[in-house]
Amino acid sequence: MQIEFNLNGQLVGADVEPRTTLADCIRNDFGQTGTHLACEHGVCGACTVLLNGEAVRSCLMLAAQVQGEQVVTVEGLSGDELTPLQAAFRKHHALQCGFCTPGFITTAHALLSHEPNADEERIREVLSGNLCRCSGYIPIVEAVLESRSFYQDAGSK
Amino acid sequence: MKVFNSYIGRPMERVEDLRLLRGRGTFVADVNRPNQLYAVILRSSTAHGLIKSIDSSEALALPGVHRVLTGKDLGNKVPTIPLRLQPLPQLEPFHQPVLADKKVRYVGEPVAVVIAESPAIAEDALEHISLDIEPLPAVATRGHAEARRSVLFEDHGSNVAITWKAFRGDADEAFKSADYIRRETFKVQRHAAMFMEPRGFVAEWDEAAGKLTVWGAAKTAWHNRRTLAAQLGLPVEAVDLIEVDVGGGFGSRGEFYPEDYLIPAAARIVGRPVKWTEDRREHMMSANHARDMECDVEFAVTRDGRFIGLRGQIWSDIGAYIRTNGSVGPRNLAQYMSGPYCMEHVDLKSSMLTTNKTPCGTYRGPGRYETDFVRERMIDLAAQDLKIDRIELRRRNLVADAQMPYPLASITPYDSSTELDSGDYHAVFDRCVKEFGWEERSKMRGRMIDGYYHGLAIGSFIEGGAAGPKEEVRLVLATDGALSVYMGSSSVGQGLETIMAQIAADAMEMPYHKITIFHGSTSYVKDGYGAYHSRSTVMGGSAILVGAEKLKELIRKTAAGRLGCKPEEVIINDEQASLGDTHLPFAGLSDTPLEVEAEFFNKKYTWAYGTQAAHVAVDPGTGHVKVVDIMSVEDVGRMINPLTLHGQAIGSIVQGLGGAFLEHLVYDDEGQLLTGSFADYLLPSATDFPSIHSITLELKPCPNNPLGAKGAGEGGLIPVGGLMANAVADALSHLNVQPMELPLSPPRIWQLVENAEAARAKA
Repeated sequence: MQIEFNLNGQLVGADVEPRTTLADCIRNDFGQTGTHLACEHGVCGACTVLLNGEAVRSCLMLAAQVQGEQVVTVEGLSGDELTPLQAAFRKHHALQCGFCTPGFITTAHALLSHEPNADEERIREVLSGNLCRCSGYIPIVEAVLESRSFYQDAGSK
Repeated sequence: MKVFNSYIGRPMERVEDLRLLRGRGTFVADVNRPNQLYAVILRSSTAHGLIKSIDSSEALALPGVHRVLTGKDLGNKVPTIPLRLQPLPQLEPFHQPVLADKKVRYVGEPVAVVIAESPAIAEDALEHISLDIEPLPAVATRGHAEARRSVLFEDHGSNVAITWKAFRGDADEAFKSADYIRRETFKVQRHAAMFMEPRGFVAEWDEAAGKLTVWGAAKTAWHNRRTLAAQLGLPVEAVDLIEVDVGGGFGSRGEFYPEDYLIPAAARIVGRPVKWTEDRREHMMSANHARDMECDVEFAVTRDGRFIGLRGQIWSDIGAYIRTNGSVGPRNLAQYMSGPYCMEHVDLKSSMLTTNKTPCGTYRGPGRYETDFVRERMIDLAAQDLKIDRIELRRRNLVADAQMPYPLASITPYDSSTELDSGDYHAVFDRCVKEFGWEERSKMRGRMIDGYYHGLAIGSFIEGGAAGPKEEVRLVLATDGALSVYMGSSSVGQGLETIMAQIAADAMEMPYHKITIFHGSTSYVKDGYGAYHSRSTVMGGSAILVGAEKLKELIRKTAAGRLGCKPEEVIINDEQASLGDTHLPFAGLSDTPLEVEAEFFNKKYTWAYGTQAAHVAVDPGTGHVKVVDIMSVEDVGRMINPLTLHGQAIGSIVQGLGGAFLEHLVYDDEGQLLTGSFADYLLPSATDFPSIHSITLELKPCPNNPLGAKGAGEGGLIPVGGLMANAVADALSHLNVQPMELPLSPPRIWQLVENAEAARAKA
């Protein structure tokens, strides 16, 4: 079946099987391999992308469901420079192997875009939907906490 | 400006992060080759049985299905997987065949490989293969194994593969005259490394060149290349294993598994590139499990609290086959049970039992996590019985600086004698007591606050590292003055590129940004060893130091030729080779790149060491344990990058907490895995363990390598199981609750509380 949607700011189209997941479509049809698959049953969050600004699991969605919608992956969040959120991840060593990282970046970005004043408890609650095996989460939480000011500033402009 | 020694010891932000944070990494699932096909693997759903027939005809008839490979397609004899470590001949009967052809021995064992135009078609085809297995009784527990409910390997005739023996002094004699002996049994549950990136390979066979290329290598590429080449009957040089970004290893990823053979072999058979990526359920039933052990151990102590000895029997459930490093855990359990304490008499036997479960291998701190649980529990029990303060008892028995080097127990049947190299164990212990605030927190011990009983624990540990025999590097100074370092070390996500660039920058007195690290692929150096046993920094880093000296010699020689002087007159400084006021910059020094190869040899392990303290709170009504705080202090000799090392420590501790409270690979009585998803197998999440502190010290540089570094990164996890059990016991001391088994899950703690209260009511 033919689908069309907006991926990272560009209108794209693909011919997909009805059973194709959004994750497979993004990765295989458009080569955006920053979206990672680690469990394919919606628990680990590595495949999290933004659908109209909301964090969703692209392994649990069908490509057909995003017809006409806006999808942003980790590749769509930054250009040549790291975003303040990404720079904070780097500063706090919030990633080791980096496989889960795109899912944490998209999840945290969605959270702070909606709730730039989220406190530590709220941040931990939202991030608890993403699994990281390397970091122990503490540096990730520190990075997200530090990034709040950038989202607060962006919101006040 | 002299830049010498300006990078080592600095918390440098990682070079890897720039690509990984923006989704620009290349993991093996991101690798694609033109015209590739996809493989999926048919795995046994029966734990134990005889294969009567495999009929693939219906699957082959599906459009898009190219081949279905079974054992029959792999030659007269299905290749088996040799051991990488402790390759004892008596373990050969237990080597795993890459495909089961006569018998299946665990749920998840590969039986056939489907190769198709897409992964979806290949998965569809699985359901059209008729696999007829005649079930045999399954061996799912130690009881089954010992009672021979079945025997996995009939020719061997027993489910005991081999027994390791750790010995020191004369335990039997020492126990005869001991003031105090306590005997207890302990259990640690089966759990696993569970790295986030699923395993995968892309393999391509170039018929014309007779060359095989495999993407997806990790950890031990050179060893795996030798194994694969031998199995396929190819010269080693005809096989290249390529390491791309690797999403975590923790001991499990990168060992040679059946798929390491099957995917390359499939590519060669079908004459097209073949790609395979496992899913999480497959991962849980095929990648190495770990830690599954029980033991019955006696601990002897003098009346005044001097440890005398350890004696007893350990059983490791190794699963259905021996994996490449499957002896490491069982061996360590016996050899390292004494840990950082003086223990003159040791007599521990460690038997490896075959069962109808996924085979086991190493997982971060193999054997050490389990054996520290046993030892530290025993120490707390002895302290309670002998009425000696737990802190004082440990202080009395830690190996003293003056006793270094201190030999650990000897071990048979594969000798691996080792001695604790250096350390001020008491200083680190005291620092931990102080940083943790033991005295202040002790006021809360045993008290109920907001529904939770509070308890404390402390324990010390040793962390082995730097396995030999060697590591290789190749340094290439390009004509533009940039340095490329090719190395046998491999990255499993620990920040290798950053750390090695720091070491190389200091060694070459060059700016860090002019250095690029290439690692882990067999095309880079002739022979490499890789990333295991916390060895990369020590072994790879030291090899860089050796290589840098050789490269400097070559630079001096080259410059001397141009300057008309002797090489020893040339001074290297600030990316220049200088004679007096004449300076030849590295850029343009030579018309061709300057290249050297170097090796670092080392057979002595490094022994980092540390102490951890914990504060927990236990809800007796639900059995839930809150980790209020953990303080870890470790001496690693020399730190290369405090940022990444701190990350290793915290991450490692949280993995240890996963093992202590959450993670459990559960099997039923018939050998069926009941925990095949992240919904059943619980990993720590962001809300579980928010308060963990770690301090790294550089008290005693390692005497056995030029960096002075000790392998680190596993240590944080090692004491956690014992620490948590002791803290829970402390919190519930009024009930004399004594956990002897992990995990400390809510139902288990709740049951212990119920039992204790029932016993108290009776009394």
